Amino acid sequence: MAVALAKGDITSVALTQLHLDRIASVDKDVHAFLHIDTEGALAQASAVDAKRAKGEKLSPLAGIPLALKDVLAQKGVPTTCGSKILEGWRPPYDSTVVANLKKNDIVILGKTNMDEFAMGSSTENSAYGPTHNPWDLSRIPGGSGGGSAASLAAFEAPLAIGTDTGGSIRQPAAVTGTVGVKPTYGGVSRYGLVAFSSSLDQAGPCARTVLDTALLHEAIAGHDSRDATSINAPVPQVVAAAKSGDVKGMKIGVVKELNGDGYQPGVRARFEESLELLAKAGAEIVEVLCPNFEYALAAYYLIAPSECSSNLARFDAMRYGLRVGDVNGASAEEVMNMTREVGFGREVKRRIILGTYALSSGYYDAYYGSAQKVRTLITQDFTAAFAKAHVLVSPTCPTTAFKIGEKSNDPLAMYLNDIATIPVNMAGIGGMSLPSGLADEDGLPVGFQIMSPVMKDERMYSVGAALEAALLSKWGAPILSKAPALGGVA
Amino acid sequence: MSSLSRDEVANLARLARIEMSDEELVSLASEFTVILEAVARVQEVAGADVAPTSHPLPLRNVFRPDVTTPSLTPEEALSGAPASEEQRFRVPQILGEEA
Repeated sequence: MAVALAKGDITSVALTQLHLDRIASVDKDVHAFLHIDTEGALAQASAVDAKRAKGEKLSPLAGIPLALKDVLAQKGVPTTCGSKILEGWRPPYDSTVVANLKKNDIVILGKTNMDEFAMGSSTENSAYGPTHNPWDLSRIPGGSGGGSAASLAAFEAPLAIGTDTGGSIRQPAAVTGTVGVKPTYGGVSRYGLVAFSSSLDQAGPCARTVLDTALLHEAIAGHDSRDATSINAPVPQVVAAAKSGDVKGMKIGVVKELNGDGYQPGVRARFEESLELLAKAGAEIVEVLCPNFEYALAAYYLIAPSECSSNLARFDAMRYGLRVGDVNGASAEEVMNMTREVGFGREVKRRIILGTYALSSGYYDAYYGSAQKVRTLITQDFTAAFAKAHVLVSPTCPTTAFKIGEKSNDPLAMYLNDIATIPVNMAGIGGMSLPSGLADEDGLPVGFQIMSPVMKDERMYSVGAALEAALLSKWGAPILSKAPALGGVA
Repeated sequence: MSSLSRDEVANLARLARIEMSDEELVSLASEFTVILEAVARVQEVAGADVAPTSHPLPLRNVFRPDVTTPSLTPEEALSGAPASEEQRFRVPQILGEEA
């Protein structure tokens, strides 16, 4: 697309309109979008076309449309986080990610659906109804960023932004046959990203190829003084790495604990096959042990709820968002209680209460304090493993996409989806998921996860590009060409 | 060992400022028994000799230059307010009548 735009074969306005038309024809089935900004997108596109006509130097992704997860503030455009408590809120400012997208002239089509405040693995927790997986509309598209991943798989957008707290970029990418990257924590500014769990949250790029993902990564990354946890160092050279895709002499560590029992046979088969392809491309495959990873899930479900119980206290019905019951001299506290009862969904309440408990006096050491220690142990496991390998790999998720409604009444079964993605967030390192094929038993996409050390994000792009190239030559066509047609049109 | 009663959940909900129906309190209490049992596993390996990690980056006191930058206008700041009056957020009464 970028080449066609640069050559003048198509204008950004025409390209944007094509995607808006596609959304109009298939999104009633997929429901990837919560808001479509037709006017804003076309205005942005025509501004890029004008710049190009004048011969201005443009960024590589200038004029390409993008789907934005509804957890990032965009000035004047509704931002709900999939919650009723923010229904109708239009932020008076741009998040840094959005400002960077605009600076690169990337056209923002609209806001995508998500689990409420990014809490979930299926997008079923959205207050606005679930998103459907384009591979099988009765199945989940992953979560929390199910809308962003589904929009890519449904060809509603070629680029998307997600956020990843425990796997919310990588797990949706895996189950929709797309690519998603959680950059190193601090690699992309969190300013204007509505906080769920501040020490784990990270925004990142999603696309259908490793190179597109890398281009988007460089467009949004970089130091930002408005985020105190933003890393003040040069952005890793991910585009160069994705272009070269050279893995000769690289050591790839297979995490023993993130495989085996509990992983679907088709998921394991595709994983083994990918390892063989990487070995053929010149990488050395080694096994590494991370014994403390088995505690990661438990620690995550203490740390994330604890941080969220504090972060979500800001939704107090006073300064913005929903206000309920402000009548007959009700007190501020009564209004707060009523608003939060109505405004938050069940999973959000469950986590706020759990976090409140884990942080409460008398239980703090046993729960939150212990979870923080597990975090140290996980980081130590990674440090030891990265001493033996340049990158680590695993299947992204234990299973392919499950049916909508299948796990919604069993929070623990739902949490298990993130078992392989959570350790990355705990240690703040980088993680990528890319498609490794379809599981034989159900014909659904399987994800391959690559993990790289802090600020060595380029390594996962090298490995990802090498694997993508090997798989493409094996398949003869991109994986998404095997997905069923949507909306009756091919 | 790890379980919560309906009344304990009610107290947590009060602390978290969320009103809850009786039905919700009862079902949350039963879910927490299962969830707490699962998350309590962290105690198995969290020995006294392990230092806690609160954050992935070893950062301390991050400063930025003390320079005035443009900020929101009062209209922008109040644009999302449920109620406002004379360039201020209007909120329900905070103190009781007798205060």
